[in-house]
Amino acid sequence: AGEKKPGEKAPSEKKPGKKKTGEKKPAEQKPIQKAVGEKKKKIKKHHASRNPVLARGIGRYSRSAMYARKALYKRKYTAPETKIEKKKKEKPRATITKPVGGDKNGGTRVVKIRKMPRYYPTEDVPRKLLSHGKKPFSQHKRSLRASITPGTVLILLTGRHRGKRVVFLKQLGTGLLLVTGPLAINRVPLRRAHQKFVIATSTKVDISGVKIPKHLTDAYFKKKRLRKPKHQEGEIFDTEKEKYEITEQRKSDQKAVDSQVLAQIKKVPQLRGYLRSTFGLSNGVYPHKLVF
Amino acid sequence: VFKRFVEIGRIAFISFGPHAGKLVAIVDVIDQNRALVDGPCSGVRRQAMPFKCMQLTDFVLKFPHSARQKCVRLAWEKENINEKWAATRWAKKIEAREKKAKMTDFDRYKVMKAKKM
Repeated sequence: AGEKKPGEKAPSEKKPGKKKTGEKKPAEQKPIQKAVGEKKKKIKKHHASRNPVLARGIGRYSRSAMYARKALYKRKYTAPETKIEKKKKEKPRATITKPVGGDKNGGTRVVKIRKMPRYYPTEDVPRKLLSHGKKPFSQHKRSLRASITPGTVLILLTGRHRGKRVVFLKQLGTGLLLVTGPLAINRVPLRRAHQKFVIATSTKVDISGVKIPKHLTDAYFKKKRLRKPKHQEGEIFDTEKEKYEITEQRKSDQKAVDSQVLAQIKKVPQLRGYLRSTFGLSNGVYPHKLVF
Repeated sequence: VFKRFVEIGRIAFISFGPHAGKLVAIVDVIDQNRALVDGPCSGVRRQAMPFKCMQLTDFVLKFPHSARQKCVRLAWEKENINEKWAATRWAKKIEAREKKAKMTDFDRYKVMKAKKM
């Protein structure tokens, strides 16, 4: 008899929303296919609440009484343990063997990875007050002025390239703007610029078809500094990379991006000369009156 | 010595105020400082306006004093004041000034190059 109402039961156990749509013919086909596999799993419809309400938020029976009423002692489910026997829980490594110098020392030592604390303070650290919304820099929200869109010509205001007009490519993860001269036009390479120290002009280059390599991120542009002053004061200056060398990768990336950008720049008359020129104020020119 | 006079039908250019930049016709004189003014084809309602904000142009229309707006509009369109005004040097200078103020950085570069030619 339990099988005689398959139209309601088999789909309802899966999707309680679809119970009474009155579609008996397609519903009968489903349980016919399902009933073969699911004859043993006769899960019935959900029972109404077994805990009558006395007042809002207060039920008649306690937690333990409800446990018994719902027969949860019979209904203990655990997730199926598939392949755990095969994999055997991997414990994190507790010790590591490290090599040790000097002869007659045995060559290696077994060292614990996580050691016991070497100091316990006399007073416990006081509990910190809850703070809210204090995020680390990597999770900050980055904003971009509406006037700066990919392909905009920007005027750099600070740095060694101040006054130069440059093409904006994209905003990087830290919020800095990736920008290129292009190099052949004004000797500005692929470089980062800060949004605040830039004037956005209304001139735009169509960069929609330009593909910027994915590896151009902040880490790529970050300055590298050696940090191993094992010597004393006298010899440090040799090891520091004072002279910046342009790596081959930078050159190839520059070429890849610039070839695409230059093609677009050539389409606009006089744009190349514009990018070659620098911006300057002169007598009678007031930035607040200029339209960029 | 004076060539442009305040008279009924004189077209004036409003130099400042809420209707700055528009043309109006003087319909009647109220007192020493104000005139009744109307600009049906330039979007100025019939109103009193001080003489100080008006600058007289060379154009005069023919209509009787206190004529209603319909008459002013007919006279205005008959004389084609809007086109005549746009052809004057005065209006062209105003337009050039506006264009210059709107120039973008790229336009300024192009102008600089063009001047050098």
